[in-house]
Amino acid sequence: MDTESTYSGYSYYSGRSRGSHRHGERSRDRDRHKSRNKDSRSEKSVTINTPPAEPLLGDSSVRGEQVQDDNWGETTTAVTGTSEHSLSQEDIVRITKDLEDSVGLDCRRYFTLTLAVILGLLVFLTPLAFLVLPYILWPEKLQTCGTACEGLFISVAFKLLILLLAVWALFFRSPRAGLPRVFVFRALLAVLVLLFVMSYWLFYGVRILDTQDENYQGIVQYAVSLVDALLFIHYLAIVLLELRQLQPCFSVSVMRSTDGEKRHYNLGQLSIQRAALAILEHYYCDFPVHNPALLSASKSRAAKHLAGLKVYNVDGEFPASPADGPGNNAAAGMAHSQSRAMIAAAARRRDTSHNELYYEEAEHERRVRKRKARLVVAVEEAFTHIKRMQEEDQKKTPGDVMDPREAAQAIFPSMARALQKYLRTTKQQHCHSMESIQQHLAFCITNNMTPKAFLESYLSAGPTLQYSRNHWLARQWTLISEASVTSGLSDGSIFQLKCVDFSLVVTTKKIPYIQMSEEYIDPKSHKFVLRLQSETSV
Amino acid sequence: MSNFMPGQPLVAVVQRIEIKKLRQGENLILGFSIGGGIDQDPGQNPFSDDKADKGIYVTRITPGGPADAANLRMGDKIMQVNGYDMTMMTHDQARKRLTQKKEDVVRLLVTRKSLEEAVKTSMGGCYPRQ
Repeated sequence: MDTESTYSGYSYYSGRSRGSHRHGERSRDRDRHKSRNKDSRSEKSVTINTPPAEPLLGDSSVRGEQVQDDNWGETTTAVTGTSEHSLSQEDIVRITKDLEDSVGLDCRRYFTLTLAVILGLLVFLTPLAFLVLPYILWPEKLQTCGTACEGLFISVAFKLLILLLAVWALFFRSPRAGLPRVFVFRALLAVLVLLFVMSYWLFYGVRILDTQDENYQGIVQYAVSLVDALLFIHYLAIVLLELRQLQPCFSVSVMRSTDGEKRHYNLGQLSIQRAALAILEHYYCDFPVHNPALLSASKSRAAKHLAGLKVYNVDGEFPASPADGPGNNAAAGMAHSQSRAMIAAAARRRDTSHNELYYEEAEHERRVRKRKARLVVAVEEAFTHIKRMQEEDQKKTPGDVMDPREAAQAIFPSMARALQKYLRTTKQQHCHSMESIQQHLAFCITNNMTPKAFLESYLSAGPTLQYSRNHWLARQWTLISEASVTSGLSDGSIFQLKCVDFSLVVTTKKIPYIQMSEEYIDPKSHKFVLRLQSETSV
Repeated sequence: MSNFMPGQPLVAVVQRIEIKKLRQGENLILGFSIGGGIDQDPGQNPFSDDKADKGIYVTRITPGGPADAANLRMGDKIMQVNGYDMTMMTHDQARKRLTQKKEDVVRLLVTRKSLEEAVKTSMGGCYPRQ
């Protein structure tokens, strides 16, 4: 974990996109490439940065607390994140290994972006260059462009337009997260595109520029073939990046380490880091929010168990002496027997704690139910004081007309005490601030909800996303895996997603191959007989 | 009661039971009820070991009746009645064979599991079973 702590100052919590408030869509940051200590551990521990999304109301005033907001790269230009033609970070690592240590994280990201832009421009301008260069270099020798040739111009134009739209649709999306390692398929595709374009340029340079070919139609057809091949590479990109992981192949079970909440998801063939990303997105939507207050009871019980016994060594030998040879063995044996004695004594002593637990839990249950009953009654009564005003009433009593916020503030005090007590009993009081409760109340009043609907969000813990920002409690996740994180999921692979307070343990199982056979049943074959068992007395 | 193969001879330990019919008004009754038969569902027979056995079983004994006096027990499988084989009979045929008006006495050969156990223990395990 030491490598992560040195970079904590650089972890980018880029929250809001400047100027574009797309509700509900997370604008996440590009990857921060952390240097890996390849010699330090056998486990590869790399970091995923998943910055939180915008607040519900798009309040930009809170932005001041962030260390750095480096989302501008994603939102100001059309190039957001990686395009198909970006050089991968893997290439950067290979080429500029010292650069990553010296220059810093910012430059790497801009470097990637620059390379992506350069590659994109190269790809889009190459066909145009192929078409225009003959006119510039040897205009007098060129044959005039006939009808077929000019038809090809239209074809090039539209295919380039389609390619532009397709690349925009597939690649120019804001990145969802910063992954620890490069996206292998993207890297491969970028390399493929580069090689392809280079080979076309090579051919063009040698066979057309050098010899100054006059057959312009041939040149135009050559440019058209380039654009066609680029479209096919784009098709390959769709299949590799999008389609391949759609078919579910693995069933992953995700378990939270603190309270054992477990969920199962179906994933396709993904690399471990992409699978981890998908799981984290599901985590924020599905898992109930992590409430550390609920774990305090079991911790206190554990502390009581430990504090109950003290072992005194009456023989005078110190078990911790680092002597070698027979002395060490005796010390180790002494420690071993001590621990066994402790466990045996603790086992005998544990007679009463389960009793206490049982009665404590029964009492707590009763208390919660009582508070809940009081709360429900208070809220129902509060809601009866508010009535939606009809149009015709407006002429009668123009005096005390309120908007939803004021209405909520008016009826809130009557239920505040009951709600506060209930939240205290269920240890949820830190999840809901008074401001958020009033907001929720105004929201329910506006949408004509019943008191039960208003209360539902307080009676049971909802998923993490529904709570305010500071209760997501984890923005930086670490992926701990024994296998390389760019390798694919396989049956029985286990990895962990760790954040500050807890970790999610993920196990994978392969969905089995299903052999299905067919059996035909003739509809006329459904015939029945009576089976009797009669008893006769003789 | 032992596994029987259709078409193969059946070996069983049987007990002879002679029941004198009792006259009740117009009818001669024996004082027990039968179940089973080749036209019945053998799976519902609670007394048989082999649930494919379609033989005739004694399902109830009237206490104090002639069958009870003759030591017939519930769960016995009737193998022969007056020399006629009962192992391959329909339910109705079996009933008819037991309620012949001309006969006063029926001589049954019945088998039950305890008989085989008794023979086995008395012969020390060298009883040839089929």
